[in-house]
Order: sequence, then structure tokens, then C-alpha cells
Amino acid sequence: MSSDTETDTLPTPEQIDRVVIRFAGDSGDGMQLAGSQFTASSAMFGNDLATLPNFPAEIRAPAGTVAGVSSFQVHIADWDILTPGDRPDCLIAMNPAALMANIDDLKPGALIIVNTDSFDERNFAKAGYEKNPLKDQSLRGFHVLTAPMEELTKKALVGTGVKGRAVLRSKNFFALGLMSWMYSRPLESVEEWITGKFGADSPVAAANSAALRAGYNYGITTEEFHHTFEVRPASLPEGEYTNVTGNAALAWGLIAGARAANLPLFLGSYPITPATSILEELAKQKHFGVKTFQAEDEIAAVGTAVGAAFAGSLAATTTSGPGLALKSESISLAFMMELPLIVIDVQRAGPSTGMPTRVEQSDLLFAMYGRHGEAPLPVVAAATPADAFSAAIEAARIATKYMTPVILLSDGYVANSSEPWLIPDVADLPKFPVTFASKPNDGDQFLAYIRDPETMARPWAIPGTPGLEHRLGGLEKQNRTGAVAYDGANHQLMTELRAAKIEAIRKDIPPITVHGDADAKILVLGWGSTFGAIRAGVLNARREHGLSVAHAQIRHLNPLPPDLGEIMEGREVVLIPELNAGQLSKLIRAEYLVDAVSLSKMEGDPFKSGEIEDKLVEICRGLNS
Amino acid sequence: MTIEVKDYARSDFQSAQEVRWCPGCGDYTILATVQSFLADMGIARENHVFISGIGCSSRFPYYVNTYGMHSIHGRAPAIASGVSSANPDLTVWVITGDGDGLSIGGNHLIHALRRNVNLKILLFNNQIYGLTKGQYSPTSELGKKTKTSPMGSIDYPFNPVSLALGAEATFVARTIDMDRKHMAEVLAATAEHRGTSFVEIYQNCNVFNDKAFIELTSRETRDDNRVYLEHGKPIVFGPDNEYGIRIGELGAEIVEVSAVGIDAIQVHNAKDPEPGVAFALSRLSRGPHGPTPLGIFRDVDRAVYEDLMAGHIKQAQELRGTGDLAALLRSGGSWTAEQEAGSSS
Repeated sequence: MSSDTETDTLPTPEQIDRVVIRFAGDSGDGMQLAGSQFTASSAMFGNDLATLPNFPAEIRAPAGTVAGVSSFQVHIADWDILTPGDRPDCLIAMNPAALMANIDDLKPGALIIVNTDSFDERNFAKAGYEKNPLKDQSLRGFHVLTAPMEELTKKALVGTGVKGRAVLRSKNFFALGLMSWMYSRPLESVEEWITGKFGADSPVAAANSAALRAGYNYGITTEEFHHTFEVRPASLPEGEYTNVTGNAALAWGLIAGARAANLPLFLGSYPITPATSILEELAKQKHFGVKTFQAEDEIAAVGTAVGAAFAGSLAATTTSGPGLALKSESISLAFMMELPLIVIDVQRAGPSTGMPTRVEQSDLLFAMYGRHGEAPLPVVAAATPADAFSAAIEAARIATKYMTPVILLSDGYVANSSEPWLIPDVADLPKFPVTFASKPNDGDQFLAYIRDPETMARPWAIPGTPGLEHRLGGLEKQNRTGAVAYDGANHQLMTELRAAKIEAIRKDIPPITVHGDADAKILVLGWGSTFGAIRAGVLNARREHGLSVAHAQIRHLNPLPPDLGEIMEGREVVLIPELNAGQLSKLIRAEYLVDAVSLSKMEGDPFKSGEIEDKLVEICRGLNS
Repeated sequence: MTIEVKDYARSDFQSAQEVRWCPGCGDYTILATVQSFLADMGIARENHVFISGIGCSSRFPYYVNTYGMHSIHGRAPAIASGVSSANPDLTVWVITGDGDGLSIGGNHLIHALRRNVNLKILLFNNQIYGLTKGQYSPTSELGKKTKTSPMGSIDYPFNPVSLALGAEATFVARTIDMDRKHMAEVLAATAEHRGTSFVEIYQNCNVFNDKAFIELTSRETRDDNRVYLEHGKPIVFGPDNEYGIRIGELGAEIVEVSAVGIDAIQVHNAKDPEPGVAFALSRLSRGPHGPTPLGIFRDVDRAVYEDLMAGHIKQAQELRGTGDLAALLRSGGSWTAEQEAGSSS
């Protein structure tokens, strides 16, 4: 770590088993970077962790205002954790607005570290403080530590070659260095990252490293900061781990899915928050033979993917709610033509532009039903950042096996947060190689709509194959031949065949895992990114309140898993927490006539585990009274 | 790519689907010309893909016995871009119309043109919505009375060739349904062009917009009005080539050859890297009324989208080797948890 000579005089860190830290500052202050680098060094140290980035939709909202505050929360622990933490134990506030925006979320007695250089009258006014909060009694009950981070960063950067206003850009590294000291994090991984990012010889690298070390050393030399903490490595199952965000995992899962199907990967996409980084990640992986096509709009994006699917690629398109709406017509075309296509919707708070950087699960019913005509589609959901990898592979499996578009639902929380992931052995990943049609299937003719007796999938014959020339299209198809057909009886038959094919996927869905007390009267049923909060809330309800609760998280939303009815049977309460107005609840009522209790949240944030726990306690009180 | 191509007849490119355009529709001649051309083109039948959108013209792929897709309104250039990007060995055609390509699909059209995707786009311009039975289209002339413009259209029309040149398409041509020989020549030139070929085909809709191109087709007026563009030759026209085109400061103008001398007449240069003169030529007529250029306005080389895409993959693989999934999963750094490590709580 730092200079060994001083070791004797340094304080021994207090051992803690977990801590929730939130880095907060102006959106130009580099808090996402500071937080994610703190996370990376914690991951390398071997902690379990979960993160929650939170940033305004504006690239540069008015500086110094509460609207412009950007934050990054990380929960690190020496045990298996499920959420980024309900309430921070420590807040680092780079300006008064960051303090104002976050103070109400903190635990009583939390540690607050402030950059005093920005605590001036101008910034108080912008943040909405009438007077200096450090000098009145408003922070009573918190432990406040201060550092003039801008002055100290300026001094540290003398001689690095970085001058003028650019100096202040390194202050996030000062904050990161100070926090690394406070929580006994090694600096090596951050320094490696700086060198890799900016180049060993660049003045920016020198400046950032100098600021990082200055922050760390300020902690060592300033007695105020001598109460330090350490979170030991977690006892995770043996193996090799990486820290992965949901969007990276989705991108890698698409690459893995294409390999499993033995197909080239094609992504047609248009940038949209919070899905863009999937396109960015895949654009970097061209050496895998990945083709990325940044289209002129959402419709063209899915259009290129439909074309690539016809030509024999594993084709995907990535988007968020507004883009899914624009793609709807093309998805129906792919459904009609029965071509495989993966449509990834990284959901955000809507409708319309809504809150692009905030999480919601409100596209579920749109994914289920948002098409013209009778057009049921398989829908799968990713539960955690790491789970997104296998969700993408599963989407590829269903799409290619059943010749259908598949909608994969993720959301802004899964997309941007991260967790340690036990890296799977590539050799153990599923394999489902695709066989294209290569010869006539009806005498000497090729008929594009003769179905596989088991999967009901039609053959996939790609352009370039001699003798199988055929035309697809949006017009209704005659059964078996695929010729244009307008007669009513055929349309009814084809509508039913298409629906039956999707329904038949149900028997190909693995059984649901039930966590907690399998026979409990209360079942909490979730889908997607609520997994961690529900799991932790149920654990706490059982541990702290002695409640008997079962929990199941659904990956396959259409068709629903074959054993779901059985799992809900005999429960007194089925509680469905969702980041929407109760969309899965409606589906469950419609499909199973189960009087589910909806716990609905639409605040743009994930559930806190405490919210699930409180609801369970309330339900139990009701059952017992 | 060398492929063994058998001798095809036009009938090899005729599908079993019954052709259902109105009797007398200009689409029939275009279909016959394209099918004949395909038989002579020297490309294996299975390597042709015809993609269309919605509209009368977009029924075209059903009638051509190759791979094809009758897709949705306006999206054919996007879908075709996906087909061609995924498999650049294919010969990908887009069949569209003035409504499909310039109205609902205008955005995809201009972006395909600027990217220079290797597509052959045939835009059948009949200046009317035919399939929906006679509403004004984005190429209908101002004042045109239709069911949705009973007092005359107030929409200023696109000039498709000007639009394509403005989008810096690398191959831009115009031909007409009644001139099969000329159409075949233009198609032959698209076969030689790599990148997007854009061909506007004036197509008569005898039911909803009959005689829209009469000035170019009637025996009495066609010689006065067809201005054939031939690369490397002075642009002259008229029954006795007595008229010519001169490019002046104000654009293209019609002059009498005898008055200005043949040396003053513009020599057509389809290979001009700048699209300015071609654009000036495209402004000569509208409607079209009066002398109207037909032929290849522009035929230049520019990097082809699929080649650039393939080049990046090749470059990335030379630099980093072919992708290693196990390494990718560790690209963000990794650490090993030992069995004994950490304290349990």
C-alpha cells in the first residue's frame, strides 16, 4: 500500500462486516468514476458488493444545483450481499447540493465527508441552503469530517504539467484517495486503471495519480481521519470472479449466445439511455466477428436486425421503452415471418421520455402485448447484472430453437449497477448449434412453412442456398407453402399455429427455484431486478421477525413457467413487488385467478429491502389478527 | 467471387405466384425487363435477394423467383442494409415506390444512400398512391386533385434524383417504363457499380394517374423531351439533336446547338466526384414537363459500407486475434476467492 515506514504510527482499522458508501457531487465532478474505481478496488480486494449509480439525464445540469447532483452508491461486505444498501453509512459530498440532495437518505450517525472548498455563499444559494450547514445545527447526529479538496488537489498537481482550471478535474481522485485510506482499500488497481486509460507518460495520468496519492496521504497525516475501517474479503464460493455491470453482461451474453448457436452476431441499434453501453461494448468486440450497425433510428435498427436474421445471423436490437414502441411494427413482421430476433429492452421510467436515467419495470405489459394483431412473444427478464449474461444466452436459445423474436427485459438498475460474478467456464456454457435448411423438404420443392413436429419451428433457409429460393413477407401465409393467402380459415389456422408454437415453449422452461420457507403461507413473487431487494427483505423478515416466507423470482414471463401454478397453490398471500403499477399482478390474476397483493413503486429507484420487509411484517400482522 | 452460373432463361426468375397488378400497369414492363436482365446478369439465382416495402411496386419480390422479402412500409432500405451487411456476397435489391421510399421511408432511403451500402434501389415513381387507390404522393405535382386533395395538393413535391444527389448517392439514374432498352442499359450499369445504385423509374399508373409521363412517352413529343445522358458525350436532344444543355452560372439551360456551337454544350461526366453539375441537370424538369434527362446522372466510386465493416473486423482480428470468450469475461479484471479466504458472519 503506502510507505511502510509509517506503519507503526498508523491506526489499526476498525473491522466492520459491511458498509454502504455514497459518492455525491456535481454531475461534472466525476463521482461515477470515483465510485466505480472504489468498487473495482473493493472487488479486487475480494469483497462482495452491489452498486447503484444515480445521475441526472442532463449531461451538464446547472452546476451546483440539486438537480445536477450525480451519485454512486456502493455496498461492500465480507458476506454475500444482495442489494446496494438501503441507507448509506458514509456520504462523500463534493458540494452543498450533494449534501442537500442526499442527507435524508443517510443512516443516523452516518459519516459525512465534505469538500469545504465548495462550501461558500454562492453554492449555498444554488443548493437552497440559507446558511452554512456545517456551521448550524442541521448536521447534529452525524459525524462530519472536512477537507479542502480543491486547494489540496491544486497543490498536489504542481509539476504534473496540468494547469489552470483543468487541475480541478482531478479532485475526484483526491476524494477517491481519501476514501481508499478511510476504508483500507489498496491503490494499485486504481493506479493501473489510470495508466491504462490515460497512458503512462501523459500529464493527465500524472495529475490523477498525484491527486489520488495526495488524498490518501492527507488521510494518513490528518488526525481527524485516523479512525479507519476495514471490510475483510468475503467468503464467496471458491473460484475466479469479476465485477460486471448488467449491460456488459448482456453484450457478452449475446456473444456467448451467438457462439452457442454457431452463428455470427449482428446488432442493429440506435443510442438510447440506458441501453447504449450494450452497443458500445459490442462495437469494441469486432475481433469476435461481431457486426454492429448504428442505424439512423430505432425502426431502422430493428430493420437491419430483421434483415440480418433473414441472412443467417444471430440478430439483436437493443433499446429502451420509447424505442421498443418504435420497433413494434417490425417485431410483428419478424413474428409473422418467424425469424429469430433478440429484442433487448433496458427499461426506464416512462411513459414518453419520462426519467431516462431512472429505473422502472413498466414495459412488462408492453413487451407482452405491445403489437398489432395476435402476436404473442417469448419474454425473459434479467434479475441481476451477472444474471443478464445467462438471460441473453437463454433468449438466443429460444429465438433460434423456435424461430421467433424474443423480448429480453432488463432495466436501468441492472444495466448500470455491478456485482461480483463467478466467471463461468466457457466449456460449460450451453450449446445449441443451428442447422440451416439445405435441401427441399417437400419432394423437390422447398416449402418455408412446414413445421418441425417437436418445436413447431419452420425451417431457416438463408439466401445463398441453391434451390431453396423463397419469399417471406408480412402478408398472411398459406399453411405449409408460405404463399400469400387471404382465406379466413387459413388465417385462423395460422394465427392458432403461431400462438401454439409460443405456448409450446412452456414445456422447455426450467422449474422455478423457491427460496426461503418452501411451505410458507406467504409467497413473494418477483421478476427482473427486484431480485436482490426481495431476497434481502425476505431474509430479514425471516431472521429479524421470525416470519415464514417463500420467495420465487420469475425469469420467463411468457410463457410463464409450467410449475408456477403449483408453487402459488395453497398460499394465503402471494405478494408481487414491482417497479410499476402492478403489471405482473394483472398477468397472474388473468392467468391463474390468484388474488395477488401488489406492492408497487414508481419513484425511479429500486426497492429497498426494508420496504419488502415492512410489507411482509404488515401482511403477517393482518393474517394473525 | 467466381461462381459457376448456369444459363438462365427469363422463366427461371418467374415465380409461381400469379401477378396481380392492374392490366396495363407500367410495373409489368419493369418486371419483365428485370427478369430478363437477371437471366443475363451472371449471378446465381440463390444469391439475389429482393426486399420491398408496401405499395403496388412492393409486390414485386413475390413475382421474382429468388430470395425475397415483402416487408413493411418504408423499411426496405433498412432491412436490405441488414441483409447485405450480414452477407456481403449477396446481390441485394430494394424495390420501392414514391410513397414507400420518399414518404414513410424517406429517412431510411437517404441514410442508405449516404452510407453507400451495396444495394440496388429501384424506385418506381408513379406520382400517386396506387394501392390505397389514389391519394397524392410526395412526388405528386402541386395543385394535383386527388381524393385527399380535392382542392389540389399543397405539398411541394420531391424530385427523387435531386434528393438522391443531395444525399451524395454514388450512383443515380433515371429511366422510364416504356423504354425497355434504356432500362436494361441502366440496370447493366448498376451491375458494374459497387455501393448504392439509385434508379428512379417513371412508371405509369394507368388507373389513378394515367399519362403522368405522357410528354416523355407519346410519339409526338417524346423526341423533344427525352434528354439521354451518355457519359463522355455532349448532352444533346431533339428529333435531330438540335438542342443541347449548357451549364451556366444559373444552372443547366437548354440551348440551340446551332446558336452556341457544339463545343459550348456540356459533355456529360457521370464520374465527376462533385455532384453539383449532376444536380443542376436534375433541376431541368419537374412533373415531368418539357425536356427531362434520362440516364446515369452520377456513377462514382466511394468506400462501400460492407467493405469498411469487414475491414474493421479484419483489422481488429489482426490486432487482437479472433475473439477469446474466456478472456473477454476477464477483461474487467478478475480475482480469485480461495476456499479459506474471508471471515464468515
